[in-house]
Amino acid sequence: MGYKAKFRVWRGEAGEGRLEDFTVEVNEGEVVLDIIHRLQATQAPDLAVRWNCKAGKCGSCSMEINGKPRLGCMTRMSTFEEDETITVTPLRTFPVIKDLVCDVSFNYEKAREIPSFTPPADVKPGEYRMQQVDVQRSQEFRKCIECFLCQNVCHVIRDHEENKKAFAGPRYFIRIAELDMHPYDVQDRRPQTAQEEHGLGFCNITKCCTEVCPEHIKITDNAIIPVKERVVDRKYDPLVWLGSKIFKRSS
Amino acid sequence: MTQTTAESPVRKQRAQLKTRTLRTDRWWLAPGLTFAGLLVFLIYGFWAIFDTSHLAGSYIAPFSSPCLATSCPEGARLFGFAPFGDWYTLPPGILILGLPGGFRLTCYYYRKAYYRSYWLSPPACGVAEPHKKYTGETRFPLILQNIHRYFFYFGAVIALILTYDAVLAFRDKDGNWGHVGLGTIILVVNAILILCYTFGCHSCRHITAGRLNHFSKHPLRYRAWTLVSKLNAKHQQFAWASLFSVMLADLYVRLVAKGIINFPFA
Repeated sequence: MGYKAKFRVWRGEAGEGRLEDFTVEVNEGEVVLDIIHRLQATQAPDLAVRWNCKAGKCGSCSMEINGKPRLGCMTRMSTFEEDETITVTPLRTFPVIKDLVCDVSFNYEKAREIPSFTPPADVKPGEYRMQQVDVQRSQEFRKCIECFLCQNVCHVIRDHEENKKAFAGPRYFIRIAELDMHPYDVQDRRPQTAQEEHGLGFCNITKCCTEVCPEHIKITDNAIIPVKERVVDRKYDPLVWLGSKIFKRSS
Repeated sequence: MTQTTAESPVRKQRAQLKTRTLRTDRWWLAPGLTFAGLLVFLIYGFWAIFDTSHLAGSYIAPFSSPCLATSCPEGARLFGFAPFGDWYTLPPGILILGLPGGFRLTCYYYRKAYYRSYWLSPPACGVAEPHKKYTGETRFPLILQNIHRYFFYFGAVIALILTYDAVLAFRDKDGNWGHVGLGTIILVVNAILILCYTFGCHSCRHITAGRLNHFSKHPLRYRAWTLVSKLNAKHQQFAWASLFSVMLADLYVRLVAKGIINFPFA
């Protein structure tokens, strides 16, 4: 059955703005994005929100709902009490363009810093032959929908703007892990570049990226920590270094 | 309201909200419980180091094992090995507790636990941390967390010794096999939990096959990796279960040794 819900929505341009109060109708089965759309249709026609698929697959409607980074289209209204005031704000880590829409170009700049997948020169597309066990780790990371909730929640840049230059963020650590673990990638990636160039050392394993991932990718356990261990192999473990010299192999 | 263009400097600003968090749930509960749990362990560990009740019949207190000093009773020594003679007057626990302690201190799970609960960096997801500057594990001293795998090697040895101690607990106080008391069960459960925690470690996962890119070329290592991965998925649960089991097992043995617990099936 429908009811009137209390919403507080951040409205503003650039960084300047405020939380505005609304009372809005909610019907059974609706999600937060539906309510934002109803606000647009009935009370705030200039309210800006980015959205697309409404199915949790495009990663467009990332926002913060009661302080938690979530997808608006995947947050059911039934998870809130009817008398609860629901606060909706834009992502806190990125600059705001208008209302709930952020400028996430930081992430695209970081993406460009990682060399792309490089197959062996003599293998043409369509000729790749890999065993499932060899690619299944990388496949988990391909589920990423680039909603940037992990980038947003990571305290390294959320609480410290000055770290943005040196820190690629969890989304790009899974990209690095995906390529580094890929059996057909021949690019000389040297895992230590993850630390030296992409700021892996800033990560202190507090797992917020994993907690907010709508695709349930085990970002910390399956990507960040394995890459940290690969860095240890190359930079901090004298036994591995000695072994590679004696047996003339790198991994 | 000010209109901004893409080139405008104010366009580069985040939403200005002067509040630490807008979370309405009890986000403080998990770091609070973690803080208390780890504090209890630290206080108990400090007391146990200075307690001299290392042995009760065939039960060896886990915090004193392996006992490497001659100040320990004969039965508490590993294969009678005691390289630290009478000249060593400090508590014998100091000789070995740095190894399992270091293993847990540098463990990827415990790092999350104490960074959140003690250093508040961050206390919870979406809650601002109080520090003005943050460098993470990029420099001394936290860069030393990278030696975790060496502590894993030592931790694995200690886990095997505690397993051996649990097997010895099937003897009665006269050394006859076949005894099963409450202490035996506690020490066996503790040994299982310690083994599950130790061999579910992220470094162990990496060493078995995580560092490889071609699992199919190393089927045995891949099999080991899948086993370790199963344990690793429960690493947090095993971390807490083994933390409390080792503390309870140690306390139980010391209480039996002091005669505070002395019922027939102890």
